[in-house]
Amino acid sequence: MAKKLLLEKAHIEGIRHFDVYRKEGGYAAVETALKMDPAAIVEEVKKSGLRGRGGAGFATGLKWSFLAKPEGVPRYLVCNADESEPGTFKDRYLMEFLPHLLIEGLIISSFALGSNRTYIYIRGEYAWIVGILEQAIAEAKLHGFLGKNILGSGFDCEIYVQRGAGAYICGEETALIESLEGKRGNPRIKPPFPAIKGLWDCPTVVNNVETLAAVVPIINMGGEEYAKIGVGRSTGTKLLSACGNINKPGVYEIDMTISVEEFIYSDEYCGGIPNGKKLKACIPGGSSVPILPANLLLKTAKGETRYMNYESLSDGGFATGSMMGSGGFIVLDEDQCIVKHTYTLARFYRHESCGQCSPCREGTGWMEKILQKIDTGKGTIADIDLLWDIQRKIEGNTICPLGDAAAWPVAAAIRHFRDEFEWHVNNPTKCLTQNYGLAKYADALGLSA
Amino acid sequence: MSEEVKTVKVTIDNITIDVPQGTSILNAARMIGGDVTPPAMCYYSKLKGSGGKCRTCLVEVSKGSEADPRPMPKLVASCRTGVMDGMEVKNITSPRVTDARNGVVEFLLLNHPLDCPVCDQAGECHLQDLGYMHGKEATRYEFKRRTFDKHELGPYIQLHMTRCILCYRCVYVADQLTDSRVHGVLSRGDHSEIATYIEKSLDNNFIGNVIDVCPVGALTDKTFRFKNRVWFTKPQNAHRDCSCCSGKVTIWQRGEEVLRVTARKDQWGEVEEWICNECRFEKKSASDWVIEGPTHVSRHSVISQGHYENMKKPKEIFSAVHDGRSPKLLMDIHSVSEVNDPSVDLSKINGSASSDTFKLSRKKQ
Repeated sequence: MAKKLLLEKAHIEGIRHFDVYRKEGGYAAVETALKMDPAAIVEEVKKSGLRGRGGAGFATGLKWSFLAKPEGVPRYLVCNADESEPGTFKDRYLMEFLPHLLIEGLIISSFALGSNRTYIYIRGEYAWIVGILEQAIAEAKLHGFLGKNILGSGFDCEIYVQRGAGAYICGEETALIESLEGKRGNPRIKPPFPAIKGLWDCPTVVNNVETLAAVVPIINMGGEEYAKIGVGRSTGTKLLSACGNINKPGVYEIDMTISVEEFIYSDEYCGGIPNGKKLKACIPGGSSVPILPANLLLKTAKGETRYMNYESLSDGGFATGSMMGSGGFIVLDEDQCIVKHTYTLARFYRHESCGQCSPCREGTGWMEKILQKIDTGKGTIADIDLLWDIQRKIEGNTICPLGDAAAWPVAAAIRHFRDEFEWHVNNPTKCLTQNYGLAKYADALGLSA
Repeated sequence: MSEEVKTVKVTIDNITIDVPQGTSILNAARMIGGDVTPPAMCYYSKLKGSGGKCRTCLVEVSKGSEADPRPMPKLVASCRTGVMDGMEVKNITSPRVTDARNGVVEFLLLNHPLDCPVCDQAGECHLQDLGYMHGKEATRYEFKRRTFDKHELGPYIQLHMTRCILCYRCVYVADQLTDSRVHGVLSRGDHSEIATYIEKSLDNNFIGNVIDVCPVGALTDKTFRFKNRVWFTKPQNAHRDCSCCSGKVTIWQRGEEVLRVTARKDQWGEVEEWICNECRFEKKSASDWVIEGPTHVSRHSVISQGHYENMKKPKEIFSAVHDGRSPKLLMDIHSVSEVNDPSVDLSKINGSASSDTFKLSRKKQ
């Protein structure tokens, strides 16, 4: 059984309430941290090797150390709870069941960064979680863990919850800041980075919910101990939200040493694929990351076992690898149509593009239309090449990563499943009623549920 | 800190120039001028915060700086990236840039109606110029283009959203020149549009400048709409005493008639001094203005083609040009044509005109 750091106490009855959480050892990390030097906390997080859990996987300690500290200017910590990536629902679980863990992590992080006003920007659709968080904040305040002069340390901190209004783009940190300021959620042009000029032009750190929650075990056990869990540069534990064609969809905490195969087939995690179907493909880290066919998912191009960690999942680059991303693990079995699947994703990105820069605004809509055309059996081979050319011209040429996020799934689908696209073109009527199936991605490993 | 501004060395397409620290790559390239200047559809040097959106000015930074010579992994928007000492930039010398820019041009034209033949902006349209420079003869887009309804933004300004490329310049103008902005961008993605939410008129005294900053024909001057093609008009620098703006404008004349008034623009097509609505929309008589002389338009291909300034009379006389030949058809068309009688007002003829109409008028004379 893998070690659990975040979800260990998620099933204790009443853990949502301060009293139970406190009795279970909660807020001990705040007591420890407030006696430390803020710089020492940053150092501890650096030692832990914690990487951002929102998707990009940037070293959190390093990000914190970039925060500008000019005299007389407030600094802000913003918690990014705008979890809108299709397939990702780990933050929701964390906030819903362990709101105090997030609040605790936020108090410690605010202290480390010197933020007296900390914001949780939560996805608008998570309406019921706002109440849970606000209750947790009120309880923490009642017990002196928030507000003025926390535990006599002289440190003041308030946490505010702000609801978004249903825009995926507001999960991008600068768009989130714009939205938090009450403006249209358009990503800002970087540089300057939020660490220099963020919320209200003040130095700001934006971190994912899971990242901030992970600060609690880091303080409790020490950065070096935390770094011992996991493998290589993938330290600590990671929450994965597994969904799709699996027996046990849900949120799992893994320590990043298990293999992808184990994660899908072991009863402790996904529990295999239902109805005796075979694994066709999988998106290992949320809808934006490249999709991998079964053969490349379980083994890398070099024939080594692929593990559930940052390095192993991205082994081989985008040609034969993918990304850890935000941990939205989507499994597709042999009955799934890759073209339809890609079309669904393209439709999502077209809908969610903010429309600020031209490649993303126009390109996402164009890709959607072509994919729809292929999906309905009206496509041509030239359309597949055109699709490839469009994604190539979007990727890397936009203001924010949404352009890349829209281009990668399309690119990966064509890269690994071109024959399925061609089959759709060549069988315009058949493709409406039948599936391409596994074909050349037939499970060579002999695995089945 | 010393008061003087430090200069840094930047190399763009193998041309090295010293520029003040903090200059953007685009502005450094503009100092060099010529072909190395990336096109800019959304950046406007006079509007704070503009730029970075259209992505036409993407360049490749092949060397970050003297201190950190690593190249930048992605192409960067030159209008929003500051130069560093020793930076090396590739614009037209980079195939990556040309490829990406062609892509951006294709994206910008994707949903553009291409109604240039009936668009007032034609001839001075930045998108038209860009399309000629980087575009292809045919589009690969085969779907229905997105369209919007036309909107009247008050008595002077017409919004034709279908043509808009969402450069946000007009939003910045309203933010920075007027007291309160009443228009902005609604919706998102490919259906985002410039709008006033509930139909309102833009009635600030300086709001007319949105017409000048619009790179395409999305915002047009209602007092000039369909009056004439810009290349038939004669731009002249003129001024008047105005109580609220500098009064320095360009008037666009046909004959003695002032067809429209715009702010004066520099070589990059950017307004030099903002002008007020009164100067722009109300003063449409040559007697309102003190005419200084012809405006030099170097930017827009169509206007500068038919240019009359610096016109030179050929030194040779006519017969010298013919070089001894005597072509038979050399005659004054106007004097022999029956159908070209200026004394006949075609609009007053009952029915269609025929040669008899003109013969009749000739007899009368």
